Amino acid sequence: MPEALALTWRQYRLERRMFWRNPSAAFFNFALPLLFLAAGGAILHGNQQQLNLLVPAIGGMSVMSTTFTALSYNIVFLRERGVLKRIRGTPLPTSCYFGGVAANAVTNTTIQIGIVILAGRFVFGLSWPPDWVELFVFVAVGVVCLASLGVTFAHLIPNFESTAAYVNAIFLPVLFISFFAFDSKSAPGFVHNIAAALPLKPVMDGLSGAMVSGSGISSHLDALAVLGLWAAFGLVFAVRGFSWEQKRG
Amino acid sequence: MISSVSGAEVAIEVHDLRKVYGEHTALQGIDVSVRCGEVFALLGPNGAGKTTTVEILEGYRQRSSGEVLVLGHDPARRAASLRQRIGIVLQSSGIYSQITPREALRHWAGFYPHPRDAEEVLSLVGLTDKADVRTRKLSGGQRRRLDFALALIGDPELIFLDEPTTGFDPEARRTAWETIRSLQVLGKTILLTTHYLEEAQVLADRVAIVKEGRILAIGPPRDLGVGAAHYRVAYRDASGETVERQTDDPTRLLHELTGEALARGEQLQELSVARPSLEDVYLELTADA
Ligand SMILES: Nc1ncnc2c1ncn2[C@@H]1O[C@H](COP(=O)(O)OP(=O)(O)OP(=O)(O)O)[C@@H](O)[C@H]1O
Ligand SMILES: [Mg+2]
Repeated sequence: MPEALALTWRQYRLERRMFWRNPSAAFFNFALPLLFLAAGGAILHGNQQQLNLLVPAIGGMSVMSTTFTALSYNIVFLRERGVLKRIRGTPLPTSCYFGGVAANAVTNTTIQIGIVILAGRFVFGLSWPPDWVELFVFVAVGVVCLASLGVTFAHLIPNFESTAAYVNAIFLPVLFISFFAFDSKSAPGFVHNIAAALPLKPVMDGLSGAMVSGSGISSHLDALAVLGLWAAFGLVFAVRGFSWEQKRG
Repeated sequence: MISSVSGAEVAIEVHDLRKVYGEHTALQGIDVSVRCGEVFALLGPNGAGKTTTVEILEGYRQRSSGEVLVLGHDPARRAASLRQRIGIVLQSSGIYSQITPREALRHWAGFYPHPRDAEEVLSLVGLTDKADVRTRKLSGGQRRRLDFALALIGDPELIFLDEPTTGFDPEARRTAWETIRSLQVLGKTILLTTHYLEEAQVLADRVAIVKEGRILAIGPPRDLGVGAAHYRVAYRDASGETVERQTDDPTRLLHELTGEALARGEQLQELSVARPSLEDVYLELTADA
């Protein structure tokens, strides 16, 4: 076991180094949510009720972009370039490899949530999160759920060139529906229903409870259940359909 | 059952190996046995089944039927203990674009119980100059050398090289050949595929010529000609035309030709006898019927 941990740790450090050396990945992971925060903050300046919604919504978006988006990109890239196949030919245990990759994503999520909390506290007039336990639970469940869905989604992407199109075809609509339903009570009922069934708005709801209202996990059990179901689905198919090699055609 | 080659220890045993992809049968019964310490080459045209064979031995692909043993393991089980003892150069594979060769080798070294020294391997493949350059800035041939280096870093007993020198300039190819020979001197077993006849001829102890998933001929490159292709006897006749004849029995043909020429009081200008080269054998065997 210590050896497996050491291998995972080495892989994690390599993934970190590669992450920082890839400027566009670093940009999409960090700058984009910050830009959303800045823009939203400027528009909603002084409207505390709206800012209370903006901050957890951006938090939810951060969880999704650092896990779902980043992992589908990475997996497709590494698969199509033949990096996965090369690693599979070495004695490195699969679990250590993916442990390192997942830990890398979790690190990015953690950093971003940290930035969002700090921005909320010092720029947008929020207090420190009233419920750290709920924060931890929703970030953790959100990460497992969206990361496994990201890996599953990578199976559907046939080549690296079309990755952006595929990922955005999911990410953007989910983001808009979730923002819309989260932000506006007046949104049509079917929008609320769709958003509640997708895996992003439940994360926003949980983060809202954790960062703003302090309403406690018990008031968001339904959200947790939705995420749990998605996570179960994602985990099964992430492992099942996994392809180490370039797709033909 | 697999019967071992007499005398030597066996690194790879393949018996009646078959592989079917959907409708297409890529391997139609391959039998090969590679001794420890041997350099064995698979030679054949595009689509012959070389990569399929090698990747089954490496544990990447599942065979449809047949028996396969690699260092005593069934490669389909993908045991880590087997992967520690083999090195792989895939026909094509990638690497993180932002990593440098030195970093890659140091990282890969950590996967193996008794790795070689990264600096030593860098100089072995001629990448010392480029050790700190990001791989995305390396040329195709330099990346290929890195592939080679990564296959050697674990100090494997058995090395699979799928077209290791494709894309090399002539000098790099000679360097690679020297490296492969030095590995052989160290007692490593090497299974390589190639399209370069010269490469097979220069490096391999034994060659198998593969086409459409079958082995057409197998043996040491210099013996392969026997029975498979013909000696070529050439000369210029009295009218100055070059005549070329093929034969399985050059002694008899020469006797006839020289006898007739002497009887006519002529000379056979520029008379030559050529052993069938590997190239002749190859072209003859792989020509479309
Ligand atoms: N994954 C696959 N799915 C379907 N058919 C395949 C697959 N891999 C190989 N084939 C087919 O099997 C045959 C043998 O392919 P293989 O790659 O083993 O040939 P090769 O001898 O390595 O050729 P080359 O010299 O071009 O590398 C080819 O006809 C190829 O189209
Ligand atoms: Mg091939």
